[in-house]
Amino acid sequence: MNSSIKNALTFSTVEPSGGLRAAMDKGRAEIIAEVRASGIRGRGGAGFPTSVKWNLAAAAKSDRKFVVCNADEGEPGTFKDRVILSEYAGLVFDGMTIAAYAIGATTGILYLRAEYTYLREHLEKVLAERRAKGLLGQGVCGKDDFELDIQIRMGAGAYICGEETALIESMEGQRGEPRNRPPFPVDTGFTGRPTAVNNVETLAWVACIFARGADWFKSVGTGKSAGLKLFSVSGDCKAPGVYEFPMGITVASLLEAVGGQDAKAVQIGGASGYCVPAGEFTRTIAYEDIATGGSIIVIGRERDMLKVAENFMEFFADESCGQCTPCRLGNGKLLEGIHLLQQGRCSMQYLRELCSLGETMQLASKCGLGQSSPNALLSIVKHFQSEIMGRIPAAAAAARE
Amino acid sequence: MSDCKEEPRAPRSTWISQVKTPADAGAIGATVTANIDGQDVKVPMGTTILEAAVKLGIRIPTLCNHADLCVAGVCRVCVVDVEGQRTLQVACAYPIAQPIKVRTHTAKVRNARRHVIDLILSDHYGECYCCARNNNCELQSLAKEYGVDFYRFGHPDKAKYEVDRSSYAVLRDMNKCVLCRRCVRTCIDLQEVGVLEVAHRSHKSKVETFMDKPLGEVICINCGQCINRCPTGALRANDPTYEVWAAIDDPTKHVVIQTAPSPRSAIGECFGLPPGTPMTYQMNTALRYCGFDKVFDTNFTADLTILEEGTELLLRLKKALVDGDKSVKLPQFTSCSPGWVKYIEHFHPDMLDHLSTAKSPQQMFGTLIKTYYAKLNNIDPANIVSVAVMPCSAKKFECNRPEMTSSGYKDVDFGLTCRETAQMISEAGIHLPDIPKSDFDDPFGTATGSGVIFGATGGVMESALRTVIELVTGKKVEQFYDHADIVPIRGFDGVRYAEIQIPDVGPVPDLLKRYFNDWNWLKGATVKVGVCHGTANAKRVLENIRAGGKFAECHFIEFMACPGGCLGGGGQPIPTSPEIRKARANAIYSEDSAYKVRKSHDNPAIWDIYNKFLTDGPCGHISHKLLHTHYTARGKYIIVV
Ligand SMILES: Cc1cc2nc3c(=O)[nH]c(=O)nc-3n(C[C@H](O)[C@H](O)[C@H](O)COP(=O)(O)O)c2cc1C
Ligand code: SF4
Repeated sequence: MNSSIKNALTFSTVEPSGGLRAAMDKGRAEIIAEVRASGIRGRGGAGFPTSVKWNLAAAAKSDRKFVVCNADEGEPGTFKDRVILSEYAGLVFDGMTIAAYAIGATTGILYLRAEYTYLREHLEKVLAERRAKGLLGQGVCGKDDFELDIQIRMGAGAYICGEETALIESMEGQRGEPRNRPPFPVDTGFTGRPTAVNNVETLAWVACIFARGADWFKSVGTGKSAGLKLFSVSGDCKAPGVYEFPMGITVASLLEAVGGQDAKAVQIGGASGYCVPAGEFTRTIAYEDIATGGSIIVIGRERDMLKVAENFMEFFADESCGQCTPCRLGNGKLLEGIHLLQQGRCSMQYLRELCSLGETMQLASKCGLGQSSPNALLSIVKHFQSEIMGRIPAAAAAARE
Repeated sequence: MSDCKEEPRAPRSTWISQVKTPADAGAIGATVTANIDGQDVKVPMGTTILEAAVKLGIRIPTLCNHADLCVAGVCRVCVVDVEGQRTLQVACAYPIAQPIKVRTHTAKVRNARRHVIDLILSDHYGECYCCARNNNCELQSLAKEYGVDFYRFGHPDKAKYEVDRSSYAVLRDMNKCVLCRRCVRTCIDLQEVGVLEVAHRSHKSKVETFMDKPLGEVICINCGQCINRCPTGALRANDPTYEVWAAIDDPTKHVVIQTAPSPRSAIGECFGLPPGTPMTYQMNTALRYCGFDKVFDTNFTADLTILEEGTELLLRLKKALVDGDKSVKLPQFTSCSPGWVKYIEHFHPDMLDHLSTAKSPQQMFGTLIKTYYAKLNNIDPANIVSVAVMPCSAKKFECNRPEMTSSGYKDVDFGLTCRETAQMISEAGIHLPDIPKSDFDDPFGTATGSGVIFGATGGVMESALRTVIELVTGKKVEQFYDHADIVPIRGFDGVRYAEIQIPDVGPVPDLLKRYFNDWNWLKGATVKVGVCHGTANAKRVLENIRAGGKFAECHFIEFMACPGGCLGGGGQPIPTSPEIRKARANAIYSEDSAYKVRKSHDNPAIWDIYNKFLTDGPCGHISHKLLHTHYTARGKYIIVV
């Protein structure tokens, strides 16, 4: 068993290809209905209802359609997809196969993060076994009208290529840059054809939903956020690793489970997520409250919040694809602002200006990266203003001593 | 909307939306109502918010958007508030597929636009008052429109990049680049040359050539279309006005200038006149006032080109059809567009034998000035400085080709763009529209309407046909085409094809008797011709020829590197758009119909020069030495040592 898994995962109790066979007994529309009944929403971060995505892709007319598994797992502090791929790849491929059948795709592509190249051999082996067993190829599971093959494409290390349209550009051999939306990938995706892009975990849960039934999934979590979720927990806690919790868990109970009760704050949703201060630990992790792709970074008492903000902003100032103005230049300005704060040289007025710029980035950037990159800084400014203001410049501090 | 070709080569992230306008506009659901700032407008499905706003007369500012290019949606200046959407949407790329409510200037929108402009300015090195685009810069106008009176997020005080002056044609100052990517879309998608692409990420993003090599060392064809679409001063032509003024100011120099047909239909734009206001004769006066000793009309050598190129075509046809010479290459390609010439040298070097060996009108003129004209006026050619006003940036490269020295000197010393010429004129204190008209100087004074239409796509072909038809049939073109307007090859379709019947032949004119005894071999023939403009279309024609398609059967094809032909050249006033180019074309064609003499071979000055100087006729030895050239197979792989 993978040493980073910290509690019992449902995935280990579900028999590979069990869900797939159950799904193959149903019609296409029935499959999507079952997914809808489960209430599952995307586990990659955006939380888009999976059944809606599949329905749109199924309704789109085209000579060819695609299913893509987004295994680019690039969000800082996220590593649950790596665990799923190394331990439960069968479930992921089951999910892809079910998705392909539901929307009428004949090709599946798993877009694998460059840093996970070492997993490729394993994944290819699983795929070869599936081909041998008739779970892929002509007449999947004995269904004459269903042909599917799954290929693996490698990423090259850019965070932005996890964004689904940039991922598609990258697969087409272009610069990994997000497209204008609309049109959406379900309509105009890979090579201009309908494409359903789903996260690794989403697809694995789909396989479980068909093995256990939609009702089982729906019965866990909250009304708007059904089911279970994997969390990648890191930072200042006793037992970092991958956990499974029901959706709707409070931050406090999660911290208790991982041994991070005395945290000063928690960054939920990775670098692009929100920094939640101790005073708000009663909030829940759910699409209707604090949404996340599963990254939990525990921030201990002794951490400098400006350093935290700086760390995240440095990431974005580097990883922006550079296409649109607010993100290309805005992240750099926010980072500069953090440096000014560190030197005690940022006026309240300029800080307000930077926060307003952050809001513009959230509103006017082309893709989710620029729309969410200011989140961390804005929430740190909001909750830790007294900590980050009034710093004494290093030189002055030295002089004073 | 953009006129993207079927298979755009630019990344699909820059494509226009895929929401297709239904073919049957009357069908239910084919139109949709958008409400913009409280006003309703019915538009076809898939219309962008920007287009719908234009219909209502509502201005939404843009920067990366351009009428000739695919949508990018990257600058984010055109953001608007769409009801029900969490984020702001870009008007240029948002297709209206269902009834929507849009607000174009809410507080959020104004704030965002202002931030975007502030951010661009925080990364835009340089001062407006020392920039070639001062007063004609889209960023500057935006800053004014949004009341920018301080640099909210700072302003760079150091240049990040060295200015690339390696190209004779295009100068690149990436410190002024706003990464709108219009040049990239122009180069990859409009022209399909593909020299420019965005490299690196984030704030390090930069428009680069292959391996960031200097522009002069890559496969740039010098068309300058990127310059015409750059919103700022990041791209400009390599400007020799300083040297030209120095020559004018030097009393030992005899400085002459030739002016091509296209700038005269456009230069008025630099002085606030609407596109398509001819300024031919005012420009003559202005150039003399600047201090040029003589002002010549390039149309003269355009006419000469027709005689040389037309004769070359007839010779190729005879060799192929009568002598059965398999080595003769047909169709013959025109060679007056230096951007096109460099394009074929790089991309299809094995097809160079199709190119007419005739020099371009600019270079023919250059040679004649330093030989014929110098002798006639007893001027030492070493003291002549020959300048050319061209609609073109590639002409700057062309006049610097090492082979362009058949006069024994550099045939043309400097090529000026239309914009640079306007600059010199205003520096001399002249407001062009206000000054009296004057004619061109002799001995090349008279020109024809045929020379004028060289400026429009299809013009070279039309001129050539007017001449070839009359020389071969002995009849007036007017008997075949009303008013000698060969309409089938006019217009702006990217690729055009026409067939011209030669039902009867006449006697061989004296000028050509040394080559042909009779025209009987052309009796009943069908001359097949093609016309294309923009190198993306040139590429299609060449591919068609390689595949043995319709254009392989052609006898003569006109190629122009720039969309619209010379009137849309990379040296023409900025901005450019399909409408502007159409207006310039109208000016050119109306000037043509106003000429008394409209056919190159009817130009008396042409007979004069063949009688007095090029005495062994078109394509004779003298003309071969002076008026023809050769080409270089360059290929795509540039090895820099
Ligand atoms: C900057 C950025 C990076 C992203 N990276 C990933 C990623 O690494 N893995 C992932 O599954 N989704 C990522 N996403 C979300 C995807 O765009 C997309 O929403 C997701 O793959 C859809 O799958 P789901 O509906 O199953 O969550 C990213 C989004 C953005 C804006
Ligand atoms: S928001 Fe950032 S990452 Fe997304 S398109 Fe714009 S520049 Fe690229």
